[in-house]
Amino acid sequence: MLELRDVQVVFDGFRALDGVNLTVPEGELRFLIGPNGAGKTTLIDVITGLTKPAGGSVRFGGLDLVGRKEHQIVRLGVGRTFQTSVVFEELTVIENLDLAATFRQPLWSLARRRRGISEAVEQALTRTGLEDLAERSAGVLSHGQRQWLEIGMLLAQRPKLLLLDEPVAGMSKDERERTGELLTEIADDHTVIVVEHDMEFLRRHASTVTVLHEGKVLVEGSIDQVSADPRVQEVYLGRRKAEDAVGNRP
Amino acid sequence: MAAFLNQLPIGLSIGAVLLLIALGLTFTFGQMGVINMAHGEFIMAGAYTAYLMGGLLPALPVAFLVAGVMGLILERAAIRHFYGRPLDTLLLTWGVSLVLQQLARDLFGAPNVQVPAPSWLAGGVGILPYNRLFIMGLAVAGVVAVWVYLTRTGLGRRTQAVVQNRQLAATSGIDTGRVDMLTFFIGSGLAGVAGVALTLIGPVGPALGTYYIVDAFLVVVAGGLGQLRGAVLAAVALGLLNSYAEFWSDASLAKVIVFAVIIAFLQVRPQGMFVLRSRVLT
Amino acid sequence: MIKRHLPFATVAVIALVAAPLLLEPFRLGLLAKYLCYAIVALGIGLAWGQGGMLTLGQGVFFGLGGYSMAMYLKLNEAGPGGLPDFMVWSGVEKLPALWAPFASPVFAVGMAVLGPVLLAVLLGTLVFRQRVRGAYFAILTQALAAAMVILLVGQQGLTGGTNGMTNFFELFGQDLADDSTQRGLYLVVASVLGILYLATRQLVHSRYGRLLVAVRDGEDRVRFLGYDPALVKTVTFAASAGMAGLAGALFVPVVGIISPALLGVVPSLELVVAVAVGGRHALAGAVLGAVVMGYAKTAFSEQFADGWLYLQGALFILVMTLAPKGIVGVVGRLRRARTT
Repeated sequence: MLELRDVQVVFDGFRALDGVNLTVPEGELRFLIGPNGAGKTTLIDVITGLTKPAGGSVRFGGLDLVGRKEHQIVRLGVGRTFQTSVVFEELTVIENLDLAATFRQPLWSLARRRRGISEAVEQALTRTGLEDLAERSAGVLSHGQRQWLEIGMLLAQRPKLLLLDEPVAGMSKDERERTGELLTEIADDHTVIVVEHDMEFLRRHASTVTVLHEGKVLVEGSIDQVSADPRVQEVYLGRRKAEDAVGNRP
Repeated sequence: MAAFLNQLPIGLSIGAVLLLIALGLTFTFGQMGVINMAHGEFIMAGAYTAYLMGGLLPALPVAFLVAGVMGLILERAAIRHFYGRPLDTLLLTWGVSLVLQQLARDLFGAPNVQVPAPSWLAGGVGILPYNRLFIMGLAVAGVVAVWVYLTRTGLGRRTQAVVQNRQLAATSGIDTGRVDMLTFFIGSGLAGVAGVALTLIGPVGPALGTYYIVDAFLVVVAGGLGQLRGAVLAAVALGLLNSYAEFWSDASLAKVIVFAVIIAFLQVRPQGMFVLRSRVLT
Repeated sequence: MIKRHLPFATVAVIALVAAPLLLEPFRLGLLAKYLCYAIVALGIGLAWGQGGMLTLGQGVFFGLGGYSMAMYLKLNEAGPGGLPDFMVWSGVEKLPALWAPFASPVFAVGMAVLGPVLLAVLLGTLVFRQRVRGAYFAILTQALAAAMVILLVGQQGLTGGTNGMTNFFELFGQDLADDSTQRGLYLVVASVLGILYLATRQLVHSRYGRLLVAVRDGEDRVRFLGYDPALVKTVTFAASAGMAGLAGALFVPVVGIISPALLGVVPSLELVVAVAVGGRHALAGAVLGAVVMGYAKTAFSEQFADGWLYLQGALFILVMTLAPKGIVGVVGRLRRARTT
């Protein structure tokens, strides 16, 4: 369903992505890991049109995504969340979801007031468990609730492919738990790509894992294969050593 | 052909004045997200300083100080409470600009005054009149001074750090408040110098600043935020474009042409000639 | 439902019934002028308060509307084959082609709205599509206002130059000097404002209004919801331009003059200031601000002309620093303080 071939991204001479190949078949829950600067977010940015690749191709459902504008890619059925969640604080939870759900309607038809709750919004509310907060303004939500609202907005759009950028970063243990359940539930009937750091979280929920390192795909496989791979250990452990060294400098 | 060449020093000197004005704007805008509409009144203050002192050369440092201190007061008293809210500062400083213009009207009278040009600036070489050359020289000196300050002094490097990432600069121990004050002082001072330069090519009135402020902002838009080379290129281009548009069409169409060219330019370079790259989603 | 509409209904009754009965013609004329400005302010409230587009060039659209109307009035008075007075004075001998279609009142009024809308669509498309926004957009609109004034002043034979156009006597067969005509005009202006206010309020409370607020607060995020923010902004900007154009067309018969001084950088900014003073986030605040500032300007500049500029500047600094939400914000705060 999603196919990246030899994708290159260059920022002012720095190769953020250096020939990435990635294939994600329909219905898969794929995790994307790698140390800081490996190019995980850049990869998501390329798929969603935020960053233009210097070379290579990105195909989704047989269509070329390169050169399309962000909102056009969303309209093809690719949705994403951001590392730092952005919800519209002045709107209520339900208005946020409704805004996400109505994006396919022509602009003029939006000039009417919203009456009632559409099915898509209803489903997103129950799935994310935000029913009780529906009428509250999004500005009062906690960090975890915001992330769920973002995922809910994504669901309300009924995308074919979901890209989640570090959905559990900064969450408490309980919140991680709930997000994990939500994720597994979503993965039942969607294709999902998740960028995540947290190894424990990965062990519990991941099926297939792709490891990025220095803008290239290092390894791909099941979580056990990947964590047993010496190259992955070196990338992560070697890095940790280096960080320790910096931290211990007097 | 002669008429065509004659426009050259006019365009270049207008560009030079715009550059002196825009230097301050591009850094206060780039560094603090502040749109200072009262910047035009610092030009006016510089011009009236030259009027009061009578002499061109002694007026330069004094005008720099007068306008600089005015900027410093404005920054400390009002603007620093508005960082990161460019639209609000725009309106706030417009209020300040109104008050300053009226103050000038009350102090110096509404009619324009003339500052006699020094005799040693009469004449010129070839098509280049000395007074226009002098203005270009001032702008070059201003750019060099700003460049040296930014790249060769510790404070200047801190300024650049703040322009690129305010929060990071603050957490790495840079006193951003002091850097802001200094930027405002220097930027406003340069506007004062521009005011002195303007006395060489025209009369001085309370509304002097309003004629140049819009164009100076366009220089910032076209050059890119907080970009020294962008400001230089855009100012010279805009000065030349202004004078040649007037030359080829007529004065009333010139501004429309300039506006159309800027919009066309933004189709190619929406963020100006030079851009600071950032991955932050706004 | 009734409670929600009560404030509007009260204001409407006062404006449409009480004001024409109680105010002397001169004062009623002034009020009509403020209400024209209030229509522009309503558009600014929509574009800036709701959509976050600080437009410093509404005077341009106001002027396009005003000049369209003035051209019709002038041609109507000159009669078929005649020339407007100012053209005779500046030595124009033949009616310029640009002017000819404005002899039709339908064309003139149509252009008063359509002209600004088209210009706004053009500018909005070019600028918003390139993601030029915030302060950049404000600066560009201001530059447009500056350029427009210079153009109008320079094209003496076409536009009447610095003096603009004045001396209008007749509108659709009615004598403009007549009190009853002026009262009728006042009622038209007040009704147009009322209708536009209700329509804009409806828009703000609709899904489109939510989308607009979302674009204001997170344009890039909206893009990832599948909307094109440039389109939303262009449509909104065009609507506000259309309102300003209509206001300009109404302004000309009410006040009896249109000139570059009425639509340049300063008048454009003054209206933005009025919206800020009234309260930019509420449409009622925008309307209120325009009327209050219009009244204050007349009252103060009648007594001490110079003082007005100090007062306006000072008032503005105070509002921005102490009450950024304007009069509406202060009233809301007081009301909340009383209930708690």
